[in-house]
Amino acid sequence: MKVQLPYPLLLILLAVLAIAFGCLSMLIGPGGGPAEILAMLNHGDRDLAWMIVGQVRLPRTLLALMVGGTLGMAGAALQGYLRNPLADPGVVGVTSAASLGAVLALYSGVSMAFPMALPLMGIAGAVLCAILLQGLAGRGAVLTLVLAGVAISSLCAALMSLALNLSPNPYAAAEIMFWLMGSVTDRSMDHVALAAPLMAVGWLMLATAARSLDALSLGEEAAASLGVHIPRTRALVIGGTAISVGAATAISGGIGFIGLVVPHLLRAQVGHSPSKLLLASAFGGAALLMAADVLVRLLPTGMELKLGVVTALIGAPFFLWLIFRARAELES
Amino acid sequence: MKIDARSISVTLSGRSIVNGASLSLQSGELVGLIGPNGAGKSTLLKTILGLRHRTSGEVLLDGASFLEKPPQERARHVAFLPQERHVEWSLPAREIIMLGRYPHRARFGGPTADDRLAVVRALDAVDGHAIAERPVNILSGGERTRILLARALAVEAPLLLADEPIAALDPWHQLHVMEILRERARAGAGILVVIHDLALAARFMDRLVLMHEGAIAADGPPAEVLTPDLLGRIYRIEALAGHNAGESYLLPWSRRRERSSNDR
Repeated sequence: MKVQLPYPLLLILLAVLAIAFGCLSMLIGPGGGPAEILAMLNHGDRDLAWMIVGQVRLPRTLLALMVGGTLGMAGAALQGYLRNPLADPGVVGVTSAASLGAVLALYSGVSMAFPMALPLMGIAGAVLCAILLQGLAGRGAVLTLVLAGVAISSLCAALMSLALNLSPNPYAAAEIMFWLMGSVTDRSMDHVALAAPLMAVGWLMLATAARSLDALSLGEEAAASLGVHIPRTRALVIGGTAISVGAATAISGGIGFIGLVVPHLLRAQVGHSPSKLLLASAFGGAALLMAADVLVRLLPTGMELKLGVVTALIGAPFFLWLIFRARAELES
Repeated sequence: MKIDARSISVTLSGRSIVNGASLSLQSGELVGLIGPNGAGKSTLLKTILGLRHRTSGEVLLDGASFLEKPPQERARHVAFLPQERHVEWSLPAREIIMLGRYPHRARFGGPTADDRLAVVRALDAVDGHAIAERPVNILSGGERTRILLARALAVEAPLLLADEPIAALDPWHQLHVMEILRERARAGAGILVVIHDLALAARFMDRLVLMHEGAIAADGPPAEVLTPDLLGRIYRIEALAGHNAGESYLLPWSRRRERSSNDR
């Protein structure tokens, strides 16, 4: 990791990587590889080919890229704002709140009658969480924000357990469990259309805060003396995370470790600059999650593994390895 | 340019920290803000900058209300070097200094040629070119202080408030920082420095403002402020005074014995 690529080159490389995995995602999966698809086209099965590529794989691919990008960018923004390399979108409770909203939609059966209720309630959960955080944290310090986030997370986890506990039958409980594991399969272009504008708003809010994150490396007082409006920066970071990660979680369920690991991997490559890390982590997150979603299709498991399970299975040991490697630095 | 803080009072959870303190700073002068620990020096500095809420008082910049101005405009007029020297990420020194250009830069887009030149001038001022590309977290305390000072200088504000810029530095670095500040003042900047080292304060400052229990106890040339009487009453010390090569110096020598405080 001693070699540091020029920033534009790094961005191009990560974007190419994300697009390459995206192309791979369009070509493989249940329904057949490129050869089978081509055969369908040759035999006049245009409709079937379109169904597989356009209606099954395209939304899946787009969502993996969008969700991965969102998690990477929000993770980088939170690490910058909280000045803590261990932060990720989960730490402020946004992920749990969005999950709780979605679980309530599943539990109450609203999602049966109206499928879009699930992501909509998830997003509502994330937005409520952001409003609660703003109210609790007031003008206060970073620590208040993190503690409030932990409290909100615990409460949401408890309520999700309650929903599981009260589930009318094992199938309802299993449905909730499977949703919580996190996945981008069986989503439609409607999901993409719902998430895309929200994520775009969130990304823009995070990007607007980028330069203030740089100034915050000097501490809050020095940043404020340079003209950084601290409460506004916090509102942008919390609000941007809530909207973009809320939308991501509402669509895909809980996908962990991307927001934590990706900024870690790329920090040295951007010369530790919090602002440059945002875009790099967005592209890196998109590439990594896309790669993971291609991987689950290639693994010879009887039933396709859930994406969230794989990111955690790879992410957690990787994170341990990072800690092991950086131990000396952390302890100094 | 002149900044005037008038009758500033700050109360924190019922405790009065600053009590009706007034002080001014104008272009071209190097002023030391001195006083025992807990006198309210840092709080006064931060209140003037708008980083703390004041209970009463006003701050005027060339006669206009300073704290009403938008934060970026305030930042362009008055730079601040906090006591805090921790930098969270291991940014290269040059990038740290570039942060001083924040109030001049737009929200998006790279630094302008002006910004880069300001960084070079700041590096010139602190003699920091040799360490400009190093990550700030591997620099020594003295080097890091110089880079953070360069960060404050890169703002190129007419006025600079520095909170204990020479604390925890070796004598070579203390003298170096004082010389840099002296030079900036000579070049036209107005600089207010919170400082505990009375010997350096006496030698380098044009004027000293002595704070005690939240109020200004004395304000004037070093010789008029560092009198045996004020040193005894406020600092509870006795100091040796002498002359060397035409300059007078001051050396804190002993704690005043408690008896004499009863005599008062």
